[in-house]
Amino acid sequence: MTGGGVKPWALHLALIAVLLTAQFWLSPYHATNLARIMVLAVFAMGYNLAFGYTGLLSLGHALLLAAGMYAAGLPAQLWGWGAGPAFIAGVAGGGLMAAALGLLALRTAGVSFMIVTLMFAQAGYLTLLYFAPVTGGDDGFAVAAASRRLLGFDLSTDTPRFLAALLIFAAGLLISLALIRSPFGRTMVAMRENEERSRMLGYNPFTVKLAALTISGLYSGAAGAAYALLFGYVGASFATIQYSILPMLYVLLGGAGTTLGPFLGALVMFTLIEVATGLTSAYLFFVGAALVALVLFAPKGILGTIRERWVRWLP
Amino acid sequence: MAFGPFLLLALMEGLVTAAVLALAASGLSLVFGVMRVVNVAHGEFYMLGAVLAWVVTTMIPGPPALAFVAALLIAPLIVATLAALADGLILKRLAYDPEATIVATIGLLYMIQQAALSLYGPNANPVRAPFEWRIQLPWFGYSGYKLFVVLAALAVLLALWLFMTRTKAGLIMRATQVDRTTACAFGINVDRVYMSTFALGAGLAALAGVLVVPIQQAHYLMGGDPLLLSFIVVIIGGLGSLRGTLIAALVIGLSDGVISMFFTPTLAKILATLLVAMVLVFRPQGLFGAKA
Repeated sequence: MTGGGVKPWALHLALIAVLLTAQFWLSPYHATNLARIMVLAVFAMGYNLAFGYTGLLSLGHALLLAAGMYAAGLPAQLWGWGAGPAFIAGVAGGGLMAAALGLLALRTAGVSFMIVTLMFAQAGYLTLLYFAPVTGGDDGFAVAAASRRLLGFDLSTDTPRFLAALLIFAAGLLISLALIRSPFGRTMVAMRENEERSRMLGYNPFTVKLAALTISGLYSGAAGAAYALLFGYVGASFATIQYSILPMLYVLLGGAGTTLGPFLGALVMFTLIEVATGLTSAYLFFVGAALVALVLFAPKGILGTIRERWVRWLP
Repeated sequence: MAFGPFLLLALMEGLVTAAVLALAASGLSLVFGVMRVVNVAHGEFYMLGAVLAWVVTTMIPGPPALAFVAALLIAPLIVATLAALADGLILKRLAYDPEATIVATIGLLYMIQQAALSLYGPNANPVRAPFEWRIQLPWFGYSGYKLFVVLAALAVLLALWLFMTRTKAGLIMRATQVDRTTACAFGINVDRVYMSTFALGAGLAALAGVLVVPIQQAHYLMGGDPLLLSFIVVIIGGLGSLRGTLIAALVIGLSDGVISMFFTPTLAKILATLLVAMVLVFRPQGLFGAKA
């Protein structure tokens, strides 16, 4: 995590360049899937900043994803906002929700923190169901075509959608790399490794964790808003516990506390589920088995193991 | 119906909820108390109990009472065996690390749920009650089976309490709860204690599932609500305290019965969930529990 100079930046920029070319050699179907994976990876990156770097194991991130999704989708639906303002509203929505969640939930730690975040997310989901006439409930609603245009591009068509997803992903990836290499990023890791010692060194654990969770919420909000605007669907099902588990699964698989882990995890898991649904309808069984296998045999994930064994400079 | 009898009916329904909840939650509380493991798959053990009760009663011919008694014995036993396996194969190898076990039990939840969907199917199936008495009150008739559920739950909880306080095995469990390392030093096989605790906890959940299935049909998604409610009960009662669990189950069950008669269930659930989250934030030791 420390040192490494320009190598990490080169690696991350190379990945972004490869993804940029991917739209030319992938079929439209796979390119759309890759766009979806990149959006989900932004969500997982946000989760990774809280869980992987700061040690906050939250089971309530679906609340933050849904906050971003509805903060972008509802103004578009009700007042006809364009894609730009709606996206900004979504990012802000995720951040605000995370700050509010953190103010309450960060008074607890460990197992209590997990249960409290789970319960707030569940309350959020039920609230979305309760206001089903506005939110669409479990059925959700389609975002109007007029709100899915940005600077004259139609985000519902293949190329603009892929580029928009890549842009958000690239921004998220580079910001997270810069963040964890900054002094604040080191403080986040210090909270994960030893909260008491960081407190003795004069850091306030509460404010550091609150800031980390809020940044995580901004990422989740961006992912939710991007999903609403790029794929044109907003629904309460994104607030279910399942969407709190998914980013955890991606991060654990790719490697918690690695910048590229969330993307790799999302890519591998998405592909695995895609293959599994081709073979059987019981894909949830694979998700469950993957979770168990990961905590049992590879608690550090793919990139975590690679970093430990071979590539020490991996951020 | 006048308000008085209406309230009485609400309270009686609440009492049944409380009884089932107390059983399920005592299992969760036991596992958390002794092993410090938050078992997210607990609701699935409850569901398995109900589904297996359906399987057993449809496979065994003869009078419904006999089939039901068989289900009451077989289903919790199978679920307890499964849980013991899960403990030996997964939880033990994680060294019972709190966060890793939560992730693992989430995985277990998905696997059990999917297995139930694939093998049992998406339909809800009824199980016949072992007997069909009705108790005729001046205002309404009431199912005798529901009262039997309350009595049965009380009997099981009493047995559990006697087991924990009066037997050697219970003493060993409590000793392990207080101090695992010292228990180990005194020659207690902690691994075996953990395995039987996990099996016992799962068995209690399954038993609750069997008891509830003649009232509420067996469905593969039925484990979600009891899991959340059990969490609520265990948190309010103080994690790991059996007496607190019982009191909290009564409070939650009765208020659930009353609230859901007068408000929409979704709003009631929102309020209950938020309330419990707030309790956990501001009074982490629970409303009745001693300071941890």
